Parts: sequence; C-alpha cells; structure tokens
Amino acid sequence: MMKRPIITVDGIEAVAMVAHKVNEVVAIYPITPSSGMGEYADAWSAVGKTNIWGTVPLVAELQSEGGAAGAIHGALQAGALTTTFTASQGLLLMIPNMYKIAGELTPTVFHVSARSLAAQALSIFGDHSDVTAARSTGFALLSSGSVQEAHDFALIAQAATLESRVPFLHFFEGFRVSHEVNKIEQLTDEDMRAMIDDELVQAHRSRRLSPDHPVLRGTAQNPDVFFQARETVNPYYEACPDIVQKAMDKFASLTGRQYHNIDYYGAPDAERVIVMMGCGAVTASETVDYLNQRGDKLGVVVVRLYRPFPVGDFLKSLPPTVKTIAVLDRTKEPGSIGEPLFLDVIAAIQEGLEKGIATFSEKPRITGGRYGLSSKEFTPAMVNGIFSEMTESELKNNFTVGIIDDVTNNSIDYDPGFSIEDPQTVRAVFFGLGSDGTVGANKNSIKIIGEETENYAQGFFVYDSKKAGAITISHLRFGPQPIRAPYLIDNANFVACHQFTFLERFDMLKYAAPKAVFLLNSFVGPDEVWDLLPRQVQETIIEKELRFYVIDGYKVAEEAGMGRRINTIMQTCFFAISGVLPREQAITAIKEAIRKTYGKRGEAVVKRNFEAVDKTLANLFEVNVPEEVTSQLTIRKPVPDAAPEFTREVLGEIIAGRGDDLPVSVFPVDGTYPTGTTKWEKRNIALEIPEWDTDICIQCGKCVFVCPHAVIREKVYDPALLEKAPPSFPSANARWKEFPNMKYTLSIAPEDCTGCGLCIEACPAKDKTQVGRKAINMVDQPPIREREVANWEFFLTLPEVDRTALKIGTVKNSQLLQPLFEFSGACAGCGETPYLKLLSQLFGDRIMIANATGCTSIYGGNLPTTPWSANAQGRGPAWSNSLFEDNAEFGLGMRLTLEKHQEYARELLPTFSDIVGQDLVTEILNDDQSNEAGIAAQRKRVELLKERLANVDDPHAKDLLSIADNLVNKSIWIVGGDGWAYDIGYGGLDHVLAMGRNVNILVLDTEVYSNTGGQASKATPRAAVAKFAAKGKGLPKKDLGMSAMSYGYVYVAKIAMGASDQQTLRAFIEADAYDGPSLIIAYSHCIAHGYDLIKGLEQQKLAVQSGYWPLFRYNPDLADQGKNPLIIDSKKPTISLSDYAYNETRYRMLLQSDEQRAEALMKQAEDDVESRWELYQQMAAMHYDGKNGNE
Amino acid sequence: MVDLTTSYLGLDLKNPLIASASPLSQKVETVRQLERAGIAAVVMYSLFEEQIIYDSLRLDRDLSQGTESFSEALTFFPDLTAYNDLNQYSIGPDDYVENLRKLKSVVDIPIIGSLNGLTNGGWIEYARKIEEAGADALELNIYNLSTNPEVFSQEIENEYLDLVRSIRASIEIPIAIKLSPFFTNLPNFASNLVEAGVNGLVLFNRFYQPELDLEELEVVPSLVLSNSQELRLPLRWIAILYGRISADFALTTGIHTAEDVLKATMAGASASMAASTFLKYGIDHGTEILDGVKSWMEEHEYESIAQMKGSMSQQAVAEPAAFERANYIKVLSSFDLRFAP
Repeated sequence: MMKRPIITVDGIEAVAMVAHKVNEVVAIYPITPSSGMGEYADAWSAVGKTNIWGTVPLVAELQSEGGAAGAIHGALQAGALTTTFTASQGLLLMIPNMYKIAGELTPTVFHVSARSLAAQALSIFGDHSDVTAARSTGFALLSSGSVQEAHDFALIAQAATLESRVPFLHFFEGFRVSHEVNKIEQLTDEDMRAMIDDELVQAHRSRRLSPDHPVLRGTAQNPDVFFQARETVNPYYEACPDIVQKAMDKFASLTGRQYHNIDYYGAPDAERVIVMMGCGAVTASETVDYLNQRGDKLGVVVVRLYRPFPVGDFLKSLPPTVKTIAVLDRTKEPGSIGEPLFLDVIAAIQEGLEKGIATFSEKPRITGGRYGLSSKEFTPAMVNGIFSEMTESELKNNFTVGIIDDVTNNSIDYDPGFSIEDPQTVRAVFFGLGSDGTVGANKNSIKIIGEETENYAQGFFVYDSKKAGAITISHLRFGPQPIRAPYLIDNANFVACHQFTFLERFDMLKYAAPKAVFLLNSFVGPDEVWDLLPRQVQETIIEKELRFYVIDGYKVAEEAGMGRRINTIMQTCFFAISGVLPREQAITAIKEAIRKTYGKRGEAVVKRNFEAVDKTLANLFEVNVPEEVTSQLTIRKPVPDAAPEFTREVLGEIIAGRGDDLPVSVFPVDGTYPTGTTKWEKRNIALEIPEWDTDICIQCGKCVFVCPHAVIREKVYDPALLEKAPPSFPSANARWKEFPNMKYTLSIAPEDCTGCGLCIEACPAKDKTQVGRKAINMVDQPPIREREVANWEFFLTLPEVDRTALKIGTVKNSQLLQPLFEFSGACAGCGETPYLKLLSQLFGDRIMIANATGCTSIYGGNLPTTPWSANAQGRGPAWSNSLFEDNAEFGLGMRLTLEKHQEYARELLPTFSDIVGQDLVTEILNDDQSNEAGIAAQRKRVELLKERLANVDDPHAKDLLSIADNLVNKSIWIVGGDGWAYDIGYGGLDHVLAMGRNVNILVLDTEVYSNTGGQASKATPRAAVAKFAAKGKGLPKKDLGMSAMSYGYVYVAKIAMGASDQQTLRAFIEADAYDGPSLIIAYSHCIAHGYDLIKGLEQQKLAVQSGYWPLFRYNPDLADQGKNPLIIDSKKPTISLSDYAYNETRYRMLLQSDEQRAEALMKQAEDDVESRWELYQQMAAMHYDGKNGNE
Repeated sequence: MVDLTTSYLGLDLKNPLIASASPLSQKVETVRQLERAGIAAVVMYSLFEEQIIYDSLRLDRDLSQGTESFSEALTFFPDLTAYNDLNQYSIGPDDYVENLRKLKSVVDIPIIGSLNGLTNGGWIEYARKIEEAGADALELNIYNLSTNPEVFSQEIENEYLDLVRSIRASIEIPIAIKLSPFFTNLPNFASNLVEAGVNGLVLFNRFYQPELDLEELEVVPSLVLSNSQELRLPLRWIAILYGRISADFALTTGIHTAEDVLKATMAGASASMAASTFLKYGIDHGTEILDGVKSWMEEHEYESIAQMKGSMSQQAVAEPAAFERANYIKVLSSFDLRFAP
C-alpha cells in the first residue's frame, strides 16, 4: 500500500481538502462551525489550486444558505459537480431545495458540521438536531465521527452519490470533530481519482439542462400522477446502501481503512448493545473495549449510513445474543414517542423479526435516550452509566445522560470518576487568554508532536463567548497509541495557567491528576509565589503532590518586544518540562513552527519570537512546594452576594464554569431570562483604566458617548448628596445652565472597563500646561481598583437626571441619560456598541428590540449575562432574537401587535368613561407623546386608569387592563449587522421598509460578517480583502441608503459617530420621531478591519473626510414642507480614499500581496467615491417646492 | 558647446543634476520620465529598516488581534500568502530590491540605492542586497535624531564610523553618506568618514520637522517642500569642505533653479540633487534647469562644469572668512539697517 502524507489538521480542513478536489462549483455562505470549509475552498481557488481534473473550482458566496441551495440546484441542473458546506439554521434554509435536488435524483454532497437548532436559545455547538431535521428530504445521510473519518467519508460520499444518483449529506459534529486537531493520513489525488468514476461524472453532465437537447424539469403535477411519480425513485434508494458499501470496500482496498454502513464493535456475544452515530460512537466503542477487557459482554453499533437506513446491514450487525439495546440520539424531538434513530431501530427490528432476517429470534428490550445536545460532553463514564442502566429490570425509556434532570427525572446516573484514559497518553490542559496566543501555540505544539515524533496527538480548544478578555482552554493529548477520545480532559498530567488572575476565578487544579505538573505564568518568582496563591490552590498542590513551576512570561515577552503575547514562551516551558522531545530538538521544532506561522508576516516578528524562546528557559523555575497551607486568600465568588438569587445561583454558576452541573429545574421553561445581569460579572479584564481629572474636564460628555461598554458615566446632582460620599469621590461644579449650583461627577466602573482607550481618544480637553494630559487619562487598574469600586458604587446611588427636564438634543445633555446597555462582552473598543448604548439612553425605557443574529445577538444575549438592563422604575429595552434572516419581519410583527393592541385599547377605553372618568379618557386619547414630559404624563394617566379598572369585574375591563400599557407609545428598533441587512435579511428589510409602518432599523455596518470571522458581505467595500473575497472585493459596496431613499417615505440616515457625534444623535432622535419606517446605517469600526481599535474614531473621521462614508439624513417630513429631504452633513472630500483605507489591514494586505490589483481596485474605489458624492450633491440640490430642477 | 559632464562617486554623469531620494523613484514610469528630462542619475527612495520592522509587527498585530478567542471567529482574515505564490507579504527588502532591479533594466542612467538601517545586521544585509540587485552606488541615509542626554556626541560619531567600516567591508560599490548638519565639527567627522571608506558626502539630509497644531494642541507631521533659500546651509558647508576632504560632494536641499545648480557646483559639489522642485513643478522642470545651466554657462563663457566646480569654495574665494561665523553677524546687522526707522 502506498505511503501517504501524515498531516495534523482539524476536521474542517480535512473535509474541505477533499470537497475542493472533487467538485467544480462551490456555493458558500458563512455559518458556524462550517464557515472554515468555505473559507478554505475560497482561499484555495483564489490561489489557483485545482481539483483532480486540473481545473480550479469556482467558488461563489451567496446571500444566504437558501441562496446557496438555489445556486447549487442550478449548478447541478447545468451539469457541474457542486458542493456546499453548512450547519444548523443554514441547513434548514436549504431544505426546500434539498427536496427538489433529491426528487430529481441529482448527485451532490453537502458537508455539514452538525449543530444544534435554535429553540429556547441559539447554540453554535454540535449535535444532530439539524441533520435529523433534514432526514426526510431524500438526501442520503452519512455520519463520520473523527477527523480521519470526516476526511475519508467526504470522498466516499462523493463516490456513492455519483453512482447512486442519491444526493448525500455528509455530517460530523460541529466543534468536537470539525475543530479537533488530529493526526491523520491524507488522501492523495490518486486515491480520489481511483474513487471517482469519470463515466459517472459524465453521466451526471449528460443529464444536464441544455438548449442543445432541451427537456423540462420541475413541473407541477396534479393528484392524478404526483403520487406515482414520487414512487419512481424507490429503486435508487433501495440500491443506495449497497453502493455506499461498495464505495467503502473500494476505499478499504486503497487505504486499508474498512468502514461499513453499519459497524459493530465489541463482544460477538454481547448482550447489551448501544446503537448510535457520530463521534459519540467512538467514545462508546473505546469504552466497550475497556469494559470487555474486564469481563463484560458489551457492544456498540455505529450507524454510519443513516439514510437510506440499511435495515439489512443493521440487523446483521447486531449479535444474536443481544438482550438489551439502548439507542442514543443526539437530538431532541419534543412530543415524539422517541427520537429518530430510536424509532428507526424499533422499526428495523420489528421488520427483522417479521421477515425472519434478524440474527436473534426474541425481541430484545429497547430503550432510547438523548445525550450530548449542544456539544454537551459525552464521556466513557456516561457510556458506562448507560450500560449499567441496561442491567436494570425496568428499563428507563426516553432517558437523558450527561445532565441532571430533576423535573421529569429522565436522566440516568453515572460515576463521573470512571475513566478509560490510556496511562501512556500524556494529557495537558492550558488556561489562556485569547489575546495571549495560547491556542495558536498549542495548535503548533500538536503539529510539532504529530509531525516531529512517532506520537499520536490530538488537540481540542474550548473558546469563550465573550469577545473581550476571552478565556481559552486547550486540551492536548499525545502518546504512542492512536488517540480518538472525543471528549475533554479531566485528569491531566500537565496543567498550565497562563494568567495569574485566573487562580482567583477558577478551580483549574481540579483538572490535575496526582503528581501532575502545574505551570503558572507568575509575575513573582519561585520564592515569593506561594503566599500569593489562593488557599484552595495551595491545598490542591500539596494534596495531589503537584510539581509546580513558574515563569514570568510577561517579563520575557516584554524583553523580547512581544508585548503581552506569551504563547511561544509558555509553549517552550511545556516542551521543556514535559520532555516529549529532547530540549534542543524541541526548541528547533518550535522555531521552525514559528517561522512557518509568522514568517509570512516578516522577519521582525520571527526574530522577536525566537528571542522570546531563547530567553525562556533561564526564567523557568521549579517551586519548592512548602508542606503547609499558608494563604488566607480564597477563590472569589463568581457574583457578589448582593446579586438576585437567580443571578447568584444559576448565572453565577455558569460564570464560574460549573454550568454543566446545573439541573434542569433551575432553568426557565421558555428561554426567558432577566436583564441587567452583566453588572454582576465584574471581569476585571483591563490592566489600565481611565481616571478623571476634574480640573481639566469641560463636561462635554464625549467620552461617555463613545464608551463601548458604558463604563464611563456622568451625573449632575445636589451637592448635599456628597455628604455621604467616600473621601476619594471626585466632583466638580456642574457646567449646565439648566442645573445651577449643582455638582458633576464623571465616574468609571473600574471592574467592567475593558481598557480600550476610546474615551481618551474622544476627550477634547487638554491640560494647558502639558497637552499630553487630558481630562481622562489611563492609569494602572490594580492600585486604584478598590478605591474606584467604592467611588463607582457611591456614584450609582446618586439619582439619575430627570428626563422630563432635559433637552436631549445635544451630546452633552444626552449623556446624562442612564444607559440601559452596559458592560457587554463585545470586543474592547467595539464600534457597534456605542450606538446601541446611545439608543438605550435615548429611548431605552420604551423600546422593543428585534435583534438579528450576529455580534449584536452574542454580546447582547449569550448566556450567562446580558448587557440590556432596566432603570430604577424597572423599565428598559425588551430584547429578542428570532433568526438571522427574518429580523426585519420579526420587528414588524412586534409593531403590528403594538398597533393592534393600542387600537383595541383606544376602542375599549371610551366604553369605561363612566368608571374611569371622562376627563381621564379624553386626556389619554388626546395624548401628546412627542417628548419625555408627554410620555411621563401619559404613563401616569395609564397608571391611574389601571388603578381605576383594577377591580372592575367585566371581561372587557380585564382585556383593557391587559393591554393598557400600549397606550403609552413604544418604539420598535430592529437591529443587526450588514450581513443581515445587506444580504440574508435584505428581502425582508426591503419589504418592511416598503410597508411604511413605524419601525426603526439600525444597521451596524462593519462591512463584513464580523461574528463569524470577517466574511465578505454586499457591504464590503471595493479593494478590501475579506474572507470569501481573498483577492480583494472587486465590486463596490451596495448603497443601501440610496435603495431606501428611493421609496421617498423612508427616513434614512448614514452616520459615523467618530466623525460627528451630534449628527449621530440627531439621526437617532429624528428616526424615532418619524412616523414611518426609518433606517440608520452606522459606520462601525471592527476588529475585522485590522488595526488598533483605539484609532476607531479617528478612522471614522477619515472615512468621512475621504468621502467614502458621506454623512447624510433623508427626512421625508421635509419634503412635505416643500424642502429637499436630503441633507448632506459632511463636507466635500478633503483627503484621498487611500489616506483612510491604507490605515487598515483589510486594504493594506492586498497591497502587500498583489500591488497591481490593489492599485487598480483603489483607483476604481476612488472613482466610486467621487461619483457617489456628485450624485448626492445633485440629489440634495433638487427643489421640492414645486419647481423641479436646479436653479 | 559647454561640457556639463561630471563625475560623482566614480560614476560618469552627463550633467550634475541628480534626482534625490523621493517617491518619484517608486514607479518605473516616473524614473523613465526623469531620464527623458535629462536627469543624470537617480537616487532611489530609501529602504527603511525601521519601516520594515514596523510593517511586520503591525501586520502581525492586526492579523493576530482577536484571533483564537471566540468560537465563531477564530481568525478575521484570509491567508493571502499562498496568493501569487507569496511566501510572505511584501514586507521586507524584497520589493525594494525588485524595484531596483526593474529600474536598472529599463533606464540607462545610474541608479543609486538608498538605505536607512536600524540594526547593524539590517544595514549590512540590505546593503548587500542592494548591491546584488545592481545599484551603481549606495547612499547611506543616516536619519537618527539623538535625544538622549546621557550619550556623548563622540559615541554617536564612532557608531557611524563603525557602521561605515562594516558596510565598506561588505560591499564593493561606491558609498555616499547623507548627513544632517548637526555635527559639532563637521569637517572632522567628514574626514573620519572618508577615512572609514565613504566616497561621497551628501549634504544635507532634510528632516521632517514636526508642526504644532494650535487648535488641536497636537504635534503633527508636516511635509513642506524645500525652497531655494534652504540652499544656503549645504552651500556653505560644501564650500568649506571642498578641497579639505577628499570626497565627492552632492548638494541636496534647495535645488530648484539653474542658478541653484550653478551655485552648488561653484561651492564644490560634483552633483546637485533635487526632488521638491520636480514634485512641485513636474519632472520636465529638470530640463528647464539643465537648459538654464547651459545658457548661463554659455552666456558667461564657462566651458565646463569641471572648470566651475569649487570655484567659489572657501579656499577659492577672496574672503574665506565670509563662510565662517562672522558672516552671521554681518547679515544680521545689514538686516537691521535696512529696516531701521
């Protein structure tokens, strides 16, 4: 057998490398966790990588998965070998086309990194909910359970689809398989040529639509024939399993890896058998091996071909001795008698018994259970627990494993201490910060071990749902035996903590095995470190007899010019201590990996990393562990005792990393959670925070305005209140005409700040004796933390401004309003969140938010906490996320309800005038809610109304009571990013605008799909590089504002707060006031633009100055007054586009990779700017007073 | 017919007008235009080691930030290094070297490389690359503003001299050094530089002088093109050094007109370098300058540049003291007299 390359890759790459080789057209759309496959395909095609026929596959990004499926259908009909990659909601959007593709017997393979479907909540993690939802489409479903299998099955599926004509859905668990890094044997082009029969490819092409031999496909059929025609495909489905098996056999003859439609592992005379599919089956089979070696008779049936379900193969796979079967489904079908695989097994066994083709004559006991939803761990301990459960005389059906279900008591017990880890396998767990590069270094380590040694190696990485201050946990295994183990390490030989402060937050040493190594990145040396450890850490080190090492990684990094990136330093320590390679060889390998990873970014980066590696060992020390526990420090509580009970007992446990232990009963049944919870989290992620200088401050509010995390706030208050202030509490005389003789304080939430520095950038006030000093300046956080916490807590006790007494039309005044969006998990320096915070300040007490999926929904609504909060009266934004594609419609639905309920309330109200008083009725019906005072007055009236109706025993009165709140106007804000507004949700957005209803749409335009890692959208500008536009986008950004203006009755504003905060404020106020649809397109700088976000506001200014982002407001009310509705708020361009663009890596990297194309695209982009500016000028100059044309 | 030819760094030039290091040499087409306009040689824009390091670190930062942190976005950019068979982004000297090679292949006039290093290794590595790419000479662009009060001027000068010696030992092509005027005893330092191996002195480097923005209270970078008044400083020093130091001189900063070239030559410069004037008036302005030089020489019956070179150096004029300190006082007093009430 030929020798193939051994590579260390993740599942995504392993699948994409086959799919790209055996297709001609690839239609893609980003969705986690499958985006990487599309990214690889796009990047490979961009560099001219060919398929096995020597031509470069054409890759096209569509506007949605629905669009991708349509394009695939079309490409297939035209005869191309076509594929796509998707997951979850994306797969759901493809289902209509999947029926068509299958109904027309069209060969194709969809590769799916299987993921949960959004129900009570969205989840990006892995299970089989999506693929089982597609099981009735007519696609064959083929399941792989490891990186190697995913690589292999990508090819087997392609071979089988071409022969069977049945389209295939090849799936593997999202994250656990898609993102696991493992050592695999790579298939060669020759393997693929051998597996793919060109005659079948040509047969596929011969069935294509062509005017040269025209046919009609896609007819409509009537009751007379549809049924019969639907049955015509049966022979193809009957033949399919054998075709798949034939492909598997051929594959085995080429590679030596033999798979079957249904595989069986375990004792030939097993009595207890688990049936399942996916990577959980790997865990089950390894556990079965382990238990059988100890005398058990167990087995596991691994279903690989799930559709068409191979009944014969399945029955044959079961040992004749089987007495009890447990079928495990990684999905949930509420209300069903059982989950899909369970029902299939029941039916198959029934058929087997009836036809006499079963290996057993007596029907075994069969039970079904659920496991592993949303990447819930599925471990050998759970498998062991299931086998134990199967010995019970009364079988628990419809059980769950891996959770504690104390509501329906469906969960089964297991011993979590049960482990089958091979003692020869080394297990290492690393706790790092996202920003310190830990994961990148560990990925390199796995590659080094996998490729430099005879060892097998596996890496899996657990990431954060916070974007700022993210914590990562890397799980690395290596050893002489092949490593499959698709579950996390809980018993490590090596635990590394890359951030000292984690010690007070997490009990990470629970992962350490006795006598394991503990490596700590410590700012103090081996002699001083002990006393700084929390008590529990000391206890564990002594109890488990850990070998304890310290290194001051930050010092080494600083000396090497690496800033705070300690990745290669900690990696060097790992190799030095673990001894997996001789030290010299390890250092050489690390340096080679550094060159490979960073060399393309220039020699300077490589040199600095080398220097860091070279300086490491001299700074690595073993700590002489004392015998006594000395510390009085304890691991701190995840949330303070003052937090509400639910926050403490549920959300706090999630924050502490103990969410897996929470039972079913603590969770809301309908996905409803309290708001205002981020404030309890106190993440302390900033090393430096701003400090206020009372003497320099001019109280302009600009720092408050731009703060992405609402950590800087200001209040104006009665000086008498200062009596109770802490001594350090700063204040100044308020500079407000409206508030004479009042005090002013600018306060900073020290434990919530991310240290982004945008506030400092925005501050216009400079010290006249030292201009480098401003009214706020960054200072080290730890020394002032305690003092500032006291100040902040006192600040929160000061009363909020009286909204009715304030004119909110100026930036200065608007920032006295309480933000009801605070401390989100968005990136430090985020360009989106300041707009949301402003929205919450202006109208937060009366808005409902429909939020499209994306960054906004993640930092807005990813458990454990939410930044959306309420004011002292309990009012605040009510927030919900439906889907990605339907957000405009979702918001419209809210509007329709509000209107209907308001109308109904107004209809009912007069009928109760005798009871509640005619005056009150008249006042409520003639309300003026155009300002804060009017709204406050109406609220009071409605409260009075409710009081007066409270005891009225009349069904209509009760009806009115239930909807009376709607008599106070509410605003609907429909919020999302450009991926939603320009692409996937555009159809809905356009329709909602067209409907003329009073909704407000806020598009936070980062010009890429930020949340999924920067894929191009139609908002991506020409000349910028993005994923899916690796050659630089060749076409200009869509002018969404212009499209909306074309209706004439839509309020449209294009804003950039860094360029004009006043125009931004004005646009929000006008949009909310406009009685019709409003659209605000907000320039949002983003980490995906590639520059230090501290310069985000400056870049916004340059974007406007270059004319790239003209500021304007289009207010249809002006047209009614005979004025031109379009007001251009920015000046004629004063700088060139490149002066703005080339500050950003998204533009510059094209210059650095293809200067000629970059220059050509930049020239065109400059022309775009010029022509758009001219067009806007002409539009703004038109007369609306009856005289058409220019003067 | 007057003879405009001159010799600079051992290179035979058809006239003394050289395009100094500027963005004009970034494009092949503009260098072609310079050649067509009659310019005798081109000093390429500087290869800045500091810029290379900065670009590399910045790209690394921008491509790294936010990565491998959040499950849905493990990276934010596609990897373009495979694109166009690149092993790395065009950070580093390769682009510069490639441009130099290209220029050499399309024009006949000499091309002088220009290098501004930061580390010793960088200076030598890049000097070698520039030589290998075919540069006719190398101009060392020492651009280092010393601000540390602890460092003695002698230490700084010694560092420069060591650097010149190392580069001299590494390459064969002629070396010029572009200096700033801020040396306590320039003639001494210049003489030491020549001893260390430089063939020519380019006087003077023109630092960007930061500007203060009174509205924003910020220090802002400001690029102001030179004017003829700025000629005086290098003119004086070339006049002083000519004949005392055995090196070629090129005058840079302030060459805008034919008269400026004539003055530079008379002070002792083998070459006059210009860039601002081309940026301001266009490349064809070079032809006008050269025509002007020719006309003036014809009108004043000069035969050749060689005849003129150094004819008004300090050693050649009737009153050598006019180039020294006293001159400053004299000018000031004449100024006072002129504007006295």
